[in-house]
Amino acid sequence: MQVFTNILLAFLLICAVAASFSKNLLNTILIFMSYSLVMSIIWILLESPDLAITEAAVGAGVTSVLFFVTLKKIHAMVQLDKNKEEENHEQKDS
Amino acid sequence: MSRKIPEKEYEKTVSFRLKQWLDGTKDPFVDTVEMKPQEEFLEDDNTVIKRNKERRQRLERVYDLANNWEVSGFQKLYKVFCAVFCLFLVAMLLIAVSYLPSYGHAENPVNNEVAGRYIEKGLQETGAVNIVTGMILDYRAFDTLGESHVLFIATCTVLILLRKDKKKDENGKDIEVSDRIYEPKNDLILQTAARVLVPPIIIFGVYVILGGHLGPGGGFSGGAIIGAGLILYLNAFGFQKTERFFTGKTYKILSVCALGCYCLAKSYSFYTGANHIESMIPLGTPGAILSSGLILILNICVGIVVAGTMYTFYVMFRKGGY
Repeated sequence: MQVFTNILLAFLLICAVAASFSKNLLNTILIFMSYSLVMSIIWILLESPDLAITEAAVGAGVTSVLFFVTLKKIHAMVQLDKNKEEENHEQKDS
Repeated sequence: MSRKIPEKEYEKTVSFRLKQWLDGTKDPFVDTVEMKPQEEFLEDDNTVIKRNKERRQRLERVYDLANNWEVSGFQKLYKVFCAVFCLFLVAMLLIAVSYLPSYGHAENPVNNEVAGRYIEKGLQETGAVNIVTGMILDYRAFDTLGESHVLFIATCTVLILLRKDKKKDENGKDIEVSDRIYEPKNDLILQTAARVLVPPIIIFGVYVILGGHLGPGGGFSGGAIIGAGLILYLNAFGFQKTERFFTGKTYKILSVCALGCYCLAKSYSFYTGANHIESMIPLGTPGAILSSGLILILNICVGIVVAGTMYTFYVMFRKGGY
């Protein structure tokens, strides 16, 4: 069990560092979601299921959804669509 | 009785002078001011180009790093000071941490008689099998009331900041249309998944709320789960379907009723507790669903507030009003 906990903690650290170093904001949010998920498993291992349920619902669920909506509102997710449109144009041209 | 005064007589009265002063047509020092509407400021194209050119030249002169030693020196100093400040902050925090009592030591200030009493007499005094819920909603119910109000105030702030006028945004498009530019409408995969997933999610949320005093869970987590389920439903089926049963008015009524109910229930137990009166509410047999006194009711209240708040946050971010 100790090995499992250590692996999860290492994953947590990797997630935390990766979230801050990722260039794409969408990827950052996905990494943040996985961080919350791992954190909720760690809460269960620490024998506090109350916190685990709350972490899974709020951290991995609602907060990330709010982040997604904010990204959409500030048009940070447009980049992907633009690339697609350019590809479509190129296909039409050729 | 109102009486109409002739024009000339009216111009001598105090009220007329007051009106003039308010409108700004007459100033006591400058005498009569001629009022005319403000003209729109029109600028010649050539002057704009000239102005921009001068500005660019000035900027180039200032940020010419090879020659302007003041700016380049400042930028180097800035980096050095940034590093020094970060190191200073880290050192301060580490020093502060080193003064904290060691983790898990028996003589720490955390290990006092309060925790012991919660564990030993919690079941007997609150009737809740889950000691955490007993603590949150009985011994420390005042804290939880504050937390519910923090959520409520957060929603009010989001309402103030993100509320929009109905129908049109600044581009003149419908909000509903501009909201769905980047996503397909009535996505089949999403709708089928939502049809399967939403009922179990909401039932699980209700279970977490109602079983808060028996097992892990409680009002906050259950409410968040229900809120997430509602958000999924909204994403799949659009605003028209959800507004049949949940609008801004419903949210206001529900949250005010729930918070008021919480306040009343808790004031009752504070009143009886402070005056050493025996509480009228039976604790019931521990482990039954209808047990542990007021905790079940408080859990339901908190759950309603949290579920509505999560959903309202999402709607406000998406549409700015509903």
